[in-house]
Order: sequence, then C-alpha cells, then structure tokens
Amino acid sequence: MNNGEKTDCIAEFKDIVIEYKMKNYSIRAVNRMSLKIKRGKITALVGESGSGKTTVATALLNCLSVPGVVTAGEAIFYGGDEPIDIIKLNDEDINAFRWKEVSMVFQGAQSSLNPIMNIFEQFYETMRVHNKTITKQKAIETARYYLDFVNLDADRIMESYPHELSGGMKQRVMIAFSLLLEPKLIILDEPTTALDVITQDFIFRLLKKINLEKGISMLLLTHDISVVAKYADYMGVMYGGSLMEYACVEDVFGKKLHPYTDGLMAATPSLYKDIEDMHPIEGSPPNMLDIPSGCVFHPRCKRCMEICKTIEPEIVTNATGHIVKCHLYSELKEVINE
Amino acid sequence: MSSLMELKNVSMTFYKKGKFLEKEKEIKVLRNINLSVEESEIMVIVGESGCGKTTIGRIITGLLKPTKGELLFNGNNIYKLFNNEQNDFRNNVQFIQQDSYAALNPARTIYQSLSAPIKTKNKKMSQKNINERINEIMQLVGLVPAEQFLYKFPHQLSGGQRQRILMARAITLDPKLIVADEPVSMIDVSLRLSILNLMSDLNRKLKISFVYITHDLATARYIAHNGKIAVMYLGEIMETGSVKDLITSPSHPYTQALFAAVPIPDPLIAKQQKKLPIKSMDVGDLFNRSEGCPFFPRCPYAEEKCENSIIEYVDVNNVMVRCCNLERVPKWEQVR
Amino acid sequence: MKWLKQISKFLHLIFSNTKSAIGFSVILFFIALAILGPLFFTYDGMTLGASQFLPPSGDHWLGTDYLGRDVLQMLINGTGDVLAIAFLTGVITVVIGTILGILSAYIGGWFDKIIQMITNLFLTIPSFPILMVLATIITINNNFVFALILSLWGWAGLCRAVRAQIVSLKERDFIQICKVMNMSKTHIVSKELLPNIASYILINFIMIMRSAITGSVGLMMLGVAAFEPSNWGAMIFDIMNQGTFYIESARAYLISPIAFIVIFQFGIIMLANGLDEKLNPRLIKN
Repeated sequence: MNNGEKTDCIAEFKDIVIEYKMKNYSIRAVNRMSLKIKRGKITALVGESGSGKTTVATALLNCLSVPGVVTAGEAIFYGGDEPIDIIKLNDEDINAFRWKEVSMVFQGAQSSLNPIMNIFEQFYETMRVHNKTITKQKAIETARYYLDFVNLDADRIMESYPHELSGGMKQRVMIAFSLLLEPKLIILDEPTTALDVITQDFIFRLLKKINLEKGISMLLLTHDISVVAKYADYMGVMYGGSLMEYACVEDVFGKKLHPYTDGLMAATPSLYKDIEDMHPIEGSPPNMLDIPSGCVFHPRCKRCMEICKTIEPEIVTNATGHIVKCHLYSELKEVINE
Repeated sequence: MSSLMELKNVSMTFYKKGKFLEKEKEIKVLRNINLSVEESEIMVIVGESGCGKTTIGRIITGLLKPTKGELLFNGNNIYKLFNNEQNDFRNNVQFIQQDSYAALNPARTIYQSLSAPIKTKNKKMSQKNINERINEIMQLVGLVPAEQFLYKFPHQLSGGQRQRILMARAITLDPKLIVADEPVSMIDVSLRLSILNLMSDLNRKLKISFVYITHDLATARYIAHNGKIAVMYLGEIMETGSVKDLITSPSHPYTQALFAAVPIPDPLIAKQQKKLPIKSMDVGDLFNRSEGCPFFPRCPYAEEKCENSIIEYVDVNNVMVRCCNLERVPKWEQVR
Repeated sequence: MKWLKQISKFLHLIFSNTKSAIGFSVILFFIALAILGPLFFTYDGMTLGASQFLPPSGDHWLGTDYLGRDVLQMLINGTGDVLAIAFLTGVITVVIGTILGILSAYIGGWFDKIIQMITNLFLTIPSFPILMVLATIITINNNFVFALILSLWGWAGLCRAVRAQIVSLKERDFIQICKVMNMSKTHIVSKELLPNIASYILINFIMIMRSAITGSVGLMMLGVAAFEPSNWGAMIFDIMNQGTFYIESARAYLISPIAFIVIFQFGIIMLANGLDEKLNPRLIKN
C-alpha cells in the first residue's frame, strides 16, 4: 500500500480469521475472508444466522464480543493519511478511532440508548469524550443539525427520554448519533428489523441521502436481499463464515454465480415473481460446532460435486472484481468474464 | 351456510390509568372489525406493528374478550356458550406463536409438550395410541426420525425445528382453524418458504383453515395466493378481498403506500421505484384519534370530509375498501 | 427404575461442580454421623461429677462439659436433632410458601391481596422477638414443634418470591397456549409451572435449612427452647451460663459446638451456591 495515496477503498479485510475460543474447543466464525469496502459507496453483506457478517463487521471497530478474537489476517482502514491496522491499535488510539473514523448503528435501537439520560445528554457525553473542549452551545448546535438531518423535531427529541420515542424515531436518533463525529465509514447492522415497511423505506432513503450528500461510506449488514437490491451499490454474500460471492449488486443479481446466492434469491418471496419460481433451500444452516468438511455449503447445494465434499474451494476473482468461492468456477474463469 | 369463524363488529378498547388527577385514557386498539373465514380457507391479516393484528389473533383464539362485538364459531356466539360447548370451540381453534422459543416450556421435553394436549383431550388414551399419534404428527411436519427430536428440550433444537414443533402441537387437537402469528419472522430467510409450504400442506391435506398474521406482504401473497387478505391500519380494516384481486390492484391509499414501500429483489426494477405516496412519517397515536379515517393525517389524497368519516366500505371490483374519497385515489400502477 | 435414574442424575449434577460437591460431602458426613455415630459413641447422659471441664484426652477426644459428660458424644448425639430440625423446617417452609405463592399468583384477585397483606405482616415485623415470645408461650419439647415455629420466619419471603416468579411465568407464551389448548388449571400448575421453579425451590430449601439452624441456635442460646441438652445450640446455652470462657482446660468444649455449627453451615452454603451456579441460567459462565 502506498502511503498517502487515495485508494478507491475505505477499508479492507485481508484473509481475516475470527474465532470464538471456548474452554475445550473453538468456533471459527469467520474463515479467511478478504473483502475491499469501496469508498463512498454502500456495500451490503448478506447472510443468515451463523454467516459471520456481524462478527466480521465488529472487527472494523475492534469490538468483537467476548470470547471472539482475531487469530489471523488483518482489518485495514484507509480513511486517514496512512493505512491503519485496526486490530493492532492500542487502547488509547482505538478510543480515538472509534466513532470518529468508523461508527456503527447496532441492531435493535431499543437497547443502544441509555434509558436514564435524555437524548441530548447522550450526544453531549459522546462529543465530550472525543473533544474535551467542546462547549455546550456548540454541542447543542451540532446535535440539532444532525437531528434535523434525519427529519426529527430536534428541540422535542433532545429533551426526550428513549422510552418516550417510537421505534422508528429511536432508530433515526441512532443514525444521527452515528453521524455526530462525521465518520468516514458507518456500519449498519440490520437497521430496520422490528420496523414497519414504510418506516424502513424512509430510513433507507435517509441513509442513501447521507451517503450521497456527505460521501460517507456504508457497510450494511442484512438478511433482506430486497433492500440490498434497492439501496446498495455492492454486495457480498456470506455463509457459514466464508464470503461466497461479491460484486456490484446488478452483477450478483444478474449472474447469481454461487449456488447459495441462487438459492437465496429463489427463497426470497416477492410480490411479483411467479409462485412456482419460489422455493426454499433444503437442509438447515451449518452447525458451527460441527462444520461440514470441504465447502461449508455442500450439504445443501444442488450442484454439489465430489470435490466439494472434501476440499475447500479457492477464491476466484475476475477482471471486473467479481469474487466467487466455488469449485464450479475454479477452472472456468472464462465463464465469469462473459 | 355460516362461515367457520366470523368476527362481527368487534371492538377492543383498553384503558390506561392516567397520571395523578388525569382521566383514564382510552386506547381503541380495534374498531368495528368484521371478518370471516370459511372452511379450508387461508386468510391473511396484514398490517404494521400497532395496527391490532395480534389482538385479533388473541381474540380469535379466545385469549382475549373484546369490549364489543361477537365471535361466531360455526354460527354460535362463543361468549354465550356454556363450558362444555366452549370446549368444542377451544379444541377447534389453535394458535402458533411468533417466538418458538418462548412458546415451548423450557423445562419439558418435546414429547411431554406434545403429549400433554393429547392427554387433555382424551384422558383415557393408551400410551401406545398416544405414541402412534405423535409419530404420525411428526411425520406430517417433516421431523423424522421422530426419536431424534422427541426427547430433547426446546433449547436443543434450531429455530426452524421449533417452529415445526409448534405446528405439530397445534394439530394434535385436530383443529379446524389455526391462527399463526408471524410464524416465520424469526426464521432464516432460506427456510421460510419451507415452513410456509408446510402450512399450505396442512391446509390442503387436513383441510385446516389458517389465519396468517404478518407485516410481510410478500410471504402473505405466497401463502394465501388463493385466499383472502385484510389490510389493517391503527385498528381498522382498510381494505379486504381475495388476494388475487387485491394484489393486482390495491385501491386504498394505505395499501398503495405499503406496496410502494415493499422493496423488490431485483435491482433493475427496485432502483426505479418512486417516492412513497404518503404524507408523514410518523404512525398515528392510538390515544388521540379522531372518529374518522385513521389514515387521514398521512393520506396524500385526504380532504376535510375524511377526518370525520364513519366506517363504510365501498366495493371496488369485489374488494371492500374503507375510503370515502376514492375518486381522488389514482389507480395502482404495477412496476414491472 | 425411573427413580434410580433420577437419583443418579441428581448425584451427577451435584458432583459436577466443586462447590456443591464439597457441600454435599460435608452434609453427607453429618448425616452419617447422625446415623452411625451413636452406634460407636453411645451417649448415656451420665454425668461424672469429678470430671468437669476436662481437657481433650484419649478418653474424651474433646474433653468434658460442665457436668462431666463427654463433649464429642454429646455433639454426635445432637447431630440427629439438628439435622431433623433443619430438614423439617425446610420442608414445612417450602410447602407452605410454595403453595400459597402459587395460589396467590394464579388465583389473583382478593385472595392474592389477602395473602399479600399477611406476608407483608410477617416480613415487616421483626421475626426473632416474635419467635422468642412464641417460644415462651408454646412449650417446645420436640423437633417438629420447633420446626413449625422456625418456619414462621421463612415462609413469607419464599411465598413472595414464588408468587413473583409465577406472575411472570403466567404471561409467557408457553403458559398462554395452555389455555388455548384447554388444559386444566391443575395441569398447568403442576406440570407446566412447577418444573420451571423447581430449581429455585430446591436452592431455597437448602438455604432455609441454614437459617433454621441459626434460628434454632439463637432460640436455644436464649434458653427459650432447651429441651435436649445434646443439641448443639443447647450446648452453647450451657457453655454461656457456666462461664466456660474463663476455664482454660475447657477450650475444646467451648469451641466444638460452634465449630460443628459453622462447618455444617458452610456445607449447606457451598451446596446451595454450587447448585445455583449449575441451575441458574443467568449465573452460567461462558
């Protein structure tokens, strides 16, 4: 990496491996994942339970939930003048890094807000941690600016306590919160679960506005591919801890190279597709304590070959940056290039 | 011929104690609900959180008694039946809850949870018959070999397996109607259709009617494509009719907004979708409601008369729509 | 042999955790002492006038008391009573507390309000003075009566706790569905609710035994319930009244009943804590 050169990606995972170490065994939640998150764009990571998407995203803030630990690979941030190895940051630096460079909107806004402080106090507290000299007046101005940006009545919201707000309002407060220090990258973990579809639409339009107007890169974690189709620019599909496919959204939906991607799209009900074209994926998500050998998806794969049962597929990338981890493509690079 | 189950003019009002010196607050969770479900039919109730759909589910299963209105089962008003006649109703209407983990007793094995209702209904059934029946049911819900699941505790099974157990438990009593409240919202996407397919199978094979409650229009259409749908908002039914008619051409502004908001899993189409035809972001308050149309504050086609309109349904091509101002509402254009 | 399987499961549970293993072993030791002890250390209550306050020796491992009786014999003999009192109090308290707690939560309404008023009374009035008064009015001359009086202390707290648990369990989905499935209230209480509070009750039972011992020792120390001099608490009463503190040779006599009580309590607390760790999902580490 050249120092100081503006790359087209804001952050990168390089062969990262994350394990949960228990007393007698360890679970590999993320298995040698490499991914470049494009600067100024919305990248989505799609996966179901056990896919590892939340685990790998928390590595960007180095706040893996205990007992998770990065056992190999790196998570690099390119937002500053020099690349930063996030995992190797010491305590002091990581505190300055979190929220200022990368922030996160967690799943379930309800539990992210302190129930005994009003909204302004929580904003003020965060601002003070990063800037000890900030005056209350400036803090109020900043809070008001971001609350307005997310279409909330700033004066009313700043005085309110979390329990006085609806789910949609709390989620918007969390988004305003994540913007407070104007980070370069925001991670959003299922930002609209438990919210109704109209509020969901509104929140995503808001996120798109933030992305376009402020140029803030976003990493969206979700299991809902419809939302990805509408709002994301790039998408990665994860299963059982591995990145199975990655490309721009149109290419992933158009080509559906990986059998899991194909299965996932067929399994997502849509209002307009023919009923006969929709079917679930057979089998069930992998048991992380007893991961299938070879390709982790092979027990459920309709196109499973002998080699899939024993050997883990190589990761193949083509000229346009389309990544796929599947034996079907390891020798047929020409297929991807069409 | 009366319907299998019918809700007539059902209203449900909760009272919340006001603060010191304040009057009690009235929360009108449901207003004048009229619904009917026929034998072997799938009816879907769609709405967002707070619209009252879960309350309807609890009323239909007998867990809650409405403040006004009647629940008719096979033509009989449930609230006027004596105990032994009520048994008939109770055995015939069952419930599948949303959270499969909370719906199973954590201290009992699956076998115990399944055999308990069987033993309740037939106190004298022999052990052998009970086991046979349980095996039969486990086959129906696709959990074979049964022994692999029967002696485990709920926390030892996956979400999808637990949901199937909930279905198994619901059919142990041979019900005629099952209410399923968001049965797949807590299940992985790749498995949702298999649970919905199971419900379809039970509907076809055992002729069980389903009332499927959800906020997800896409799964609603999948399961009930030959059935009926009711769209709810803030305690009232906005639009109801057959799924085929309503999905092709939603007439009510709220339904149109819902359809516009549902993202389509195809980037080429999805990115073309236009702005929502809706005025305000905030869902109304159940406390301070006018007597008229609940959608009035957010409706882009609203006029003064809507604020106080009484509940009346207009028939638009066999779909009943609660709107007094339909002329101003544009015809729905499907994005294709 | 269902019950054999249950017992082996129970033992397995106890010995899987160090704390409960230690605790259980201590209690087992005392039980063995109570049953087998008297066979080897016959207690005849004989007083030997000249051998008061003898220091520990080959004949009397812990010395003799103020009347010349062998201290160790008395302690061993008293173990049975102590265990009986602890156990009986536990049983009576648990039975009353649990039944009232469940009924109160499940029936609700005016019944609940009355029971709550009564428990309030028992919880706020200082129990020990009342126990003392009761003990003077009612002659305590056997373990059962003693246990009955001691349980007046503990049932209210347990009733409250059980009621709180049942009130919250009542609203849970898996109990609500029982109504839809037309199950009888008896079934719901015995087969659905009870198994969920079983571990809580077990641990409470063990802790009640502990406080029963403290309570009984307290009452006996005050001389309110001295009916059997070999009961450890009664021994302490005698020790206090005979000015044993000042007698050098009787140090062993002085300390031994206290030591026995402390070790027994320790065993109970270890067992309760160990079981709690194993059974209470919120305390499970990892």
